[in-house]
Amino acid sequence: MAPLIETRGLTLHFGGLKAVDGVDFRLNPGEIHALIGPNGAGKTTFVSLLSGRRMPQSGAILLAGEDITRLPAHARVRKGIAYTFQITSIFPRLSVFDNVALAVQSHGARDLPAKTRDALVRVGLGGLEDQEAQTLSYGHQRLLELAMGLALAPRVLILDEPTQGLAASEIDSFIRLIESLVPETTVLLIEHNMEVVMDLATRITVLNFGQVLASGTPAQIRGNPAVQEAYLGA
Amino acid sequence: MKAWTLHLALIAGLFAAQFLLSPYHATNLARIMVLAVFAMGYNLAFGYTGLLSLGHALFFAAGMYAAGLSAQFWGLSAGPALILGIFGGGAMAAAVGLLALRTAGVSFMIVTLMFAQAGYLTILYFGATTGGDEGFTLPAATRTFLGFDLSTDTPRFLAALTIFAAGLLVSLVVVRSPFGRTMVAMRENEERSRMLGMNPFTVKLAALAISGLYSGAAGAAYALLFGYVGASFATIQYSILPMLYVLLGGAGTTLGPFLGAVLMFALIEAASNLTSAYLFLVGAALVALVLFAPKGILGTVRERVARWLP
Repeated sequence: MAPLIETRGLTLHFGGLKAVDGVDFRLNPGEIHALIGPNGAGKTTFVSLLSGRRMPQSGAILLAGEDITRLPAHARVRKGIAYTFQITSIFPRLSVFDNVALAVQSHGARDLPAKTRDALVRVGLGGLEDQEAQTLSYGHQRLLELAMGLALAPRVLILDEPTQGLAASEIDSFIRLIESLVPETTVLLIEHNMEVVMDLATRITVLNFGQVLASGTPAQIRGNPAVQEAYLGA
Repeated sequence: MKAWTLHLALIAGLFAAQFLLSPYHATNLARIMVLAVFAMGYNLAFGYTGLLSLGHALFFAAGMYAAGLSAQFWGLSAGPALILGIFGGGAMAAAVGLLALRTAGVSFMIVTLMFAQAGYLTILYFGATTGGDEGFTLPAATRTFLGFDLSTDTPRFLAALTIFAAGLLVSLVVVRSPFGRTMVAMRENEERSRMLGMNPFTVKLAALAISGLYSGAAGAAYALLFGYVGASFATIQYSILPMLYVLLGGAGTTLGPFLGAVLMFALIEAASNLTSAYLFLVGAALVALVLFAPKGILGTVRERVARWLP
């Protein structure tokens, strides 16, 4: 199967710190792919390179075979790579409706109100359209962030620690929501909660010191001694 | 619907005001309306898009000189001269934006200030044409529109009101459009906007160019209605002025610029009747504003009472 996103030798060093160090990575269409690894392993930097928030020093990024390595972030979003922030990044003083409408209208403003409400209902925020975003609870702000990602109707949805700060009950519905997105949307997920990862992911890539330590199914990753030593067993 | 009613009511009220006010006050109101157009333009850039420019005098002057010089040297009448002025302001803003928008925040303030100073010095340098510091008065023959003499009270007032009404209603449409939402997104969270597929540079450039069109329209109208063009309109004061109107009336509100302009005029008039140090009183009023209503009057009203206010 041709990968939807592929990176070849992707590298970004900060001085002596090898944040991302020659990463070869494949994201297959329709999968839920989890990116795990210890703190400082380079996960967020790696997805920043994919989404265009940072530019690599060397290596290449391909989207469905097209080289997008030098494309600016907003152009990548238009090509279907959506990124949701690890630290919730919404428009706090705008209404919930406007937050999501901004995402919808960035790829054409037809049926704006309907599409906006759809995305909100999907994450369970229906009925809160008129509320100012900063007055939402933290969990709801995370869901709003997710609704903005969904409203972009992306080919690839990159989620950076989406369950951080969610209550246990919210995590369950979050898992069901993500499962409902595939295979139309491919999901790449950075996640620390191993239960979520094992529950949700069809494939896992483990990063350590900016390099790929292992890549495989959840069962393969669980049985991998190197991964256990570096991460899971700790 | 409520918003449209309110805006149309204001325009109707201003139309009625010419019959109620003395000629002196009606002329002042015409001046306020023209300057409010300038402030509306400033508000689209600063209040909605978050672009704190210190160089808008340049766009105002570009409109003023485009209209004034073409009337002076080519004998253009008010209609074509106004159109030239509008596009003069827009083109100047777009050109400045292409360079200045590579910066943000304080750097953007300084770069726009420098451009405006350069513009001011350019006007002085070509004093033989521009009249330099002293400026020039427009030939009376050019100050006509469809046969009406714009130097007389009623045509002048109606011309100012027409430009003001057009500016106000266009700004209402713009800020309530998807593009208006995009402008606000730039102000509120540029990084998130980028990650929603918007190109911050082009959005801000478009907003600044629209702002320049308004400033140019105001500059041209000022020249044509009041008959004088001079370099003093290109000084830093005329960059600060629209900012004060906007801050006083409420940044990011469609009616704030007009309200701010009216109140500032009234404040200066009242204070200068009391003391020759009237700027001291104006300054004290502005300090009080920043302390007690940092969102301006209509910004505070919107927050507390009328959420629907555009």
